[in-house]
Amino acid sequence: MNHTIDLVKIRKQFPILEQQVYGKPLIYFDNAATTQKPQRVIDALTGYYTTINSNIHRGVHYLSQQATAAFEESRITVKDLINARFAHEIIFTRGATESINLVASSFSKKFLKPGDTVVISAMEHHSNIVPWQMACEEKQAGLKVIPIHEDGTLNFPELEKLLDKTCKLLAITHVSNTLGTINDIKRIIDLAHAQNIPVLIDGAQAISHINVDVQELDCDFYCFSGHKMYAPMGVGVLYGKEQMLNELPPYQGGGEMIKNVTFEKTTYNELPFKFEAGTPNVGDVIGLKEAISFIQEIGYDNIGKFEHELLIYATSQLQQIEDVRIIGTAPDKTSVISFLLGNIHPYDAGIILDKLGIAVRTGHHCTQPVIDFYKIPGTIRASFAIYNTKEEIDTMIAALKKIKMMFA
Amino acid sequence: MKTYKEIASEIIAEFELFTDWMDKYNFIIELGKSLPLIDEKYKTENYLISGCQSQVWLYADYKDGRVWFTADSDAIITKGIVNILIRALSGQTPDDIINADMDFVNKIGLREHLSPTRSNGLNSMIKQMKLYALVYKTKFESKQ
Repeated sequence: MNHTIDLVKIRKQFPILEQQVYGKPLIYFDNAATTQKPQRVIDALTGYYTTINSNIHRGVHYLSQQATAAFEESRITVKDLINARFAHEIIFTRGATESINLVASSFSKKFLKPGDTVVISAMEHHSNIVPWQMACEEKQAGLKVIPIHEDGTLNFPELEKLLDKTCKLLAITHVSNTLGTINDIKRIIDLAHAQNIPVLIDGAQAISHINVDVQELDCDFYCFSGHKMYAPMGVGVLYGKEQMLNELPPYQGGGEMIKNVTFEKTTYNELPFKFEAGTPNVGDVIGLKEAISFIQEIGYDNIGKFEHELLIYATSQLQQIEDVRIIGTAPDKTSVISFLLGNIHPYDAGIILDKLGIAVRTGHHCTQPVIDFYKIPGTIRASFAIYNTKEEIDTMIAALKKIKMMFA
Repeated sequence: MKTYKEIASEIIAEFELFTDWMDKYNFIIELGKSLPLIDEKYKTENYLISGCQSQVWLYADYKDGRVWFTADSDAIITKGIVNILIRALSGQTPDDIINADMDFVNKIGLREHLSPTRSNGLNSMIKQMKLYALVYKTKFESKQ
């Protein structure tokens, strides 16, 4: 194992991993659903509520100034993380789902007309399907889907065909949550921009694994959730290019997002506040900053190398079990493995793995079209994070062999 | 014909023999393999119970004042659990099915299958069985 990662030191920061479930040491392989939180993130939350909790931006008092400063520092930390040009291009949301809904709602209000199309891919999470379905239905626009190949990679010739004159926006995932496929989003963005089509990237499954530079990518929107990158639940980010965000109408109305309100007319606040109606989730936003520091101190290069080793190891170990079928075999993958164990239903396997202390996810992973594509009942999905070990993978492999015998 | 209460006590007694979860699940798996299967013609969308990670088809027949269930699932553990439910309720009168407390499910340690994440399935199954009983009661017994 690569020794730039001090695994013992990293694991120590995650108190939840020390526990036993059903008398067995917890093995947490459901990181694509949500990651665990390091102590420093938990401390940041406690610290916020014990020392500076107050409503931000409007208060003239001390606590409000402290909370406002901490909140805005988080915005700058996110801006630096993804190399946005301006801090006001960072909008705090509840999560990637809300970020996508915000764009789907505001973008379609302004730009979508009957006969237009929005293009997504066949490997999207439901959260990057349903908001566009709703927007397209309302505007009598069409939703077009880029097909995928058997290995879980994107069909580029079909993608190019769909980027026609009717297409007003391309919304696509950076990484597939079910298949682990890392899409070549730079190439995708360039293809779309060549046709003057803006691009939204769902980065929920990428941000804890891959260094993202929104200026280099030149994407118009990039969305992610905090809770999948060691931060608290309930906080997410929408990055949008300044010009693009300025053109969009507000998403929700309320406090914070206004400049002047009379009963006749309201003028909206400037970025980023125009899109942050109501009291924001200050504590969790501050927690997000701490999670980003955690990632940056380890470094994306180290994280990528370490997790890739886990992926390669787990894949080779799984392949040694007879009848294992890995779903998603793209050459570029994050540390996500979906698989089937012979004809054993994923739900059956999941129940026994749970009893053995191993947390995986089973089912369709909110990607029913992907599951339908492979004509399977679902998958068992193991997804690894920076605190997982080869020994834990060995335990899972032994458990899977046991399960094969139980259901034989 | 044994009553629901008698069968429920029998099931509880059988499960008390298992000290180890593994033995218990092996038993459920065996029950899954021996589930009296539903007629293929009922394995359609109409008889599918929604809200579960695995698919469950349930069919009920009414004969001699009693309701008879058959079912199938694509997951074995689910089939085993359905088998237990069918053993407890199949062949009972509509009233007994409607009034069955289903407490034995907790007592045999399958409570976790009633937790909201998993169990939409099990809850839906019980609900569907009771619904069939109610339908047959309304259809046949109200005419008397």
